[in-house]
Amino acid sequence: MNQNKTFTLDGKTIPYTEGQTIIQAAMAAGEYIPHLCFNPELKAHGSCKLCTVKANGRQTASCTQQPTPEMVVESDTQELNDERRALLQMLFVEGNHFCPSCEKSGDCQLQATAYVLKMMSPHYNQFYPDRPVDASHPEYLLDFNRCILCSLCVRASRDVDGKNVFALSGRGIKSHLIVNAKSGQLADTDFCDADKAAHVCPVGVILKKRVGFATPIGSRSFDELPISATPHPQGACPVCPRSDAATLPPHPKSRGA
Amino acid sequence: MTINVHYKLTRMSVESDKGSYHQRVFMISPEKTHAEYLDTILAHHQHNANNLLQILIAAQDVHGYIHSDAIDHLSEQMALPRSKIEGVAGFYSFLHLQAAGDYRVLFSDNITDRMAGNIDLMKSLCSQLWVEPGKLSEDGLVCVGTTSCTGMCDQGPGMLVNNIAINHITAERINAIAELIRERVPLSAWPASFFAIEDNIRRRDILLNSQIQPGAALKAMLARGDNATLQEIKTSKLRGRGGAGFSTGMKWEFCRDAAGDAHYVVCNADEGEPGTFKDRVLLNGYADTVFEGMTLCARIIGAKQGFLYLRGEYRYLLPHLQAVLQKRRGQNLLGTSILGHEGFDFDIAIHLGAGAYICGEESALIESLEGKRGTPRNRPPFPVTHGYLNCPTVVNNVETFASTCLITTHGGAWYSGIGTETSCGSKILSVSGDCERPGLYEYPFGVTIAQVLADCGAQDTQAVQVSGPSGVCISADEFNRRIAFDDLATAGAFMIFNQTRDMFEVARNFVHFFAHESCGFCTPCRVGTQLLSNMMDKLADGNGSPYDFTEIEKLNVLLQSTSHCGLGHSACNPVLNTIEKFRPAYDKRLAHKDFIPAFDLDRALSQARQMTGRDDTGAHLESSHESK
Amino acid sequence: MNTPVKPKLRVATTSLAGCFGCHMAILDIDERLLDLLQLVEFDRSPITDIKHCGPCDIGIIEGGLCNAENVHVLREFRANCKILIAIGACAINGGLPAQRNHLSLSSILEEVYHAQHGLVDGFIPNDPELPLPLDKVHPIHEVVKVDYFIPGCPPSGDAIWKVLTDLLAGREPELGHGLIHYD
Ligand SMILES: Cc1cc2nc3c(=O)[nH]c(=O)nc-3n(C[C@H](O)[C@H](O)[C@H](O)COP(=O)(O)O)c2cc1C
Ligand code: SF4
Ligand code: SF4
Ligand code: SF4
Ligand code: FES
Repeated sequence: MNQNKTFTLDGKTIPYTEGQTIIQAAMAAGEYIPHLCFNPELKAHGSCKLCTVKANGRQTASCTQQPTPEMVVESDTQELNDERRALLQMLFVEGNHFCPSCEKSGDCQLQATAYVLKMMSPHYNQFYPDRPVDASHPEYLLDFNRCILCSLCVRASRDVDGKNVFALSGRGIKSHLIVNAKSGQLADTDFCDADKAAHVCPVGVILKKRVGFATPIGSRSFDELPISATPHPQGACPVCPRSDAATLPPHPKSRGA
Repeated sequence: MTINVHYKLTRMSVESDKGSYHQRVFMISPEKTHAEYLDTILAHHQHNANNLLQILIAAQDVHGYIHSDAIDHLSEQMALPRSKIEGVAGFYSFLHLQAAGDYRVLFSDNITDRMAGNIDLMKSLCSQLWVEPGKLSEDGLVCVGTTSCTGMCDQGPGMLVNNIAINHITAERINAIAELIRERVPLSAWPASFFAIEDNIRRRDILLNSQIQPGAALKAMLARGDNATLQEIKTSKLRGRGGAGFSTGMKWEFCRDAAGDAHYVVCNADEGEPGTFKDRVLLNGYADTVFEGMTLCARIIGAKQGFLYLRGEYRYLLPHLQAVLQKRRGQNLLGTSILGHEGFDFDIAIHLGAGAYICGEESALIESLEGKRGTPRNRPPFPVTHGYLNCPTVVNNVETFASTCLITTHGGAWYSGIGTETSCGSKILSVSGDCERPGLYEYPFGVTIAQVLADCGAQDTQAVQVSGPSGVCISADEFNRRIAFDDLATAGAFMIFNQTRDMFEVARNFVHFFAHESCGFCTPCRVGTQLLSNMMDKLADGNGSPYDFTEIEKLNVLLQSTSHCGLGHSACNPVLNTIEKFRPAYDKRLAHKDFIPAFDLDRALSQARQMTGRDDTGAHLESSHESK
Repeated sequence: MNTPVKPKLRVATTSLAGCFGCHMAILDIDERLLDLLQLVEFDRSPITDIKHCGPCDIGIIEGGLCNAENVHVLREFRANCKILIAIGACAINGGLPAQRNHLSLSSILEEVYHAQHGLVDGFIPNDPELPLPLDKVHPIHEVVKVDYFIPGCPPSGDAIWKVLTDLLAGREPELGHGLIHYD
């Protein structure tokens, strides 16, 4: 153990162990760095770029970058938060996000992250893509309109469930999620409720049927505390009973955002 | 359904496809089921998942697209999930999961093709064939569209028909092609002159003048010793010719010293940067030298296997390259115990790309070599320690490998004496655009832009785009600048624009290129390149205001600082460069003082007008309100 | 407070392709509305009956752009208001009405006025009095410059109160946790 290695995050000293990434060490120390495509239980991907920090002056994704001793990491700065907000706005206009009619509202990481970064509007012009919904599965619905291509479901299905139910296809702005069936329909895959992949979507794509809007406004994951003060969002997620709360990092104090 | 016609046509086009090595392996007969032709392909590729992209390319050759049943069979035989196969196929522009026409015509859409009138030619072909660009004709015969630069800018406008290049397109040629397609004449029966490709070497220096006998460099290395040869390469101060300019000697040394089960040599012949075509000519005329450079590297780093990653657009070179490899095997320059040296075993396989510029980025290239989607990896670790199959891998450009042969035969000191202090040796430029003699020009490093312009017969030059869209655009007052790593570093593209050219349109073409080629992995580039492209279109449509200008500048900062790889980092370069140097080209697009919408509001009512039959004043909207 | 009497700020409000929910939320400011009326007077608004917007300090727009009339009204507001505020999901990203955007307008009109079950001799209304629909619904910032946004479906009265009072006090409006929400 070389627990005595540290770096600083916005001036605070953060201990880390060899192999940890900046965001892992920060999370373990109860510090919040905005993120969407990172989930502590899965291999990091580094694609959403929300977790971008300045490490020794160079911008890098904190979910894939490992710290070096005494590294100076800046995260909660106006400059970085402005950039993160712009990235969020891109994700919002790229898909069709109509929160009032979305079952995930209140439990959605994209939305909650946009709240803490004070995103007041999508700013850019909407793309309004045409993305059909897949309601074929008896228990689950896929509403691709809200997919942010974070690939968490892809990784969960492949690396945890050993199933490859989901994959990314297309390229560039035409990138999209596909499922492992000739028909292209979820019902024709071996997807099931016990899959990790059923419980990792940070937004409202992979939705369990007939339980939507069950939690009253006020009691949803991010109603009371902002995401920045919630340990690991999945831990607070009502549709994710399988996450082991005991392994979650300590609950940091609310930042009074 | 016209399955039989399909098969017949396909067979003919496979035979015609002189560029295809699959042709000799698979003779497709109309009766064959998916399983039958796929099994032949699978056997040829050892059912190896790393060859998935190669298998898909071969499978597509049979029907012109990858049939859904074919994916089933591949999935079963390769024990790969269907989602993975579809995900890979969906990434590459030249692969299709749906019928894409017996004739797939793609016009090269680099700015040089634009300047040579490709869009009018495409329109003409479309109207003669009664098709809309990008849409398959109703009878499934033909689809006409555009593709990124095909690397033929010195002989454009260019096109690909079923992935085979045709250049020097003229109105007459278009008429003839329309006729050939309408008559369903197989590609093999098209006039051979259509497929002619010129080398256009205009100025030779040390590399293009060299006549290294096959094996000469290898013998020089074996005589000198591996370490001493590596030392020569370091002494030569050779830096990579693919763009980044990393020291080749150091790269080889790092790789040699990296631990791994195996080491690999990869030659990057993706040459996707618009305006670059020197690797094409090197592979055509100097393949032995390139392969020999790879073999030198193999010996030094201890690799047994090498790959040439050849962009799909250069597929016509395959038979030639395969023949050179075969000849070298016969000469004991490849294979086991090369030149009689026990344990010096090395061979080279050629992998084809399938229309994805990003696969030129070395880590995306390695992903593609492994049969995956060409998404750049997280770096570090770098390929020298964790490359192909996570093993230490050297990735070098075609020209870099060729240069190592020169160094090995002539010595590092000789080489470092050529060029400038920090940029040693020579550089091959791919010259295109407004000049009398487009083609290849090799110079010692340090040559000025003015010199190149004089040599190629350029007149009234307004600007030169050095190193392609991701490079820099320079204006007339900078023509005394030099081609060198510490001045104008370049992968080789040299596109010339005379005074009549609209530099805004140049930048817009480049921006469209980046949006089309973004791999889609990271948010800033996936969405940002599209936004940028929309903004440039907004300006082009006459809807620009200073507001849009600031937006572009903000987007640039975001892309530079948060993108995952070089593509995103450089996507705004063309716009920023031209804004800085050709501001008037923009100013006339920023005619509006205040923000106005990107779309035409009056046109947004046209569907409603049509449906209601109204045309009263209330049925119209002024597009811009500000003049009031 | 003993500040000298300032001229009241003029505020105009309107609903474009919206449901008046945001206007109801404005009323949710409740008794503070009385405080507000000390400071502002209303120009064109459902609260008054003024038909056209005159020169104003603040314009508040609910709803997105669905038809030609929406565009006229929005332009009138932009031309007359120093500060334009988009209020609610529909004004900000098109909201519910924009969920028609993945269908072509002609197929919608066809479906509603011709194909729908039970219609006899249906025809698409062509009365020049009726505003023509745009082929897509747009948020208002895509057509005019918008200065501030108050998200929510609808935003809470508290959020609206906070933004207005910030503006009246000359502060940059800022909403904290719980006040920014999109649903
Ligand atoms: C988007 C992108 C595209 C690239 N395309 C090519 C290419 O087509 N050919 C090439 O040799 N290098 C290309 N590169 C550079 C390679 O990543 C790599 O640096 C190069 O192949 C190393 O070889 P060298 O050291 O011999 O230059 C590209 C880089 C980026 C970021
Ligand atoms: S996924 Fe999240 S951001 Fe998108 S509509 Fe649903 S709640 Fe809103
Ligand atoms: S479905 Fe959800 S988890 Fe999967 S890629 Fe889309 S947003 Fe991510
Ligand atoms: S910058 Fe562009 S090309 Fe590079 S990884 Fe991101 S999306 Fe892909
Ligand atoms: S959380 Fe790090 S890039 Fe997405």
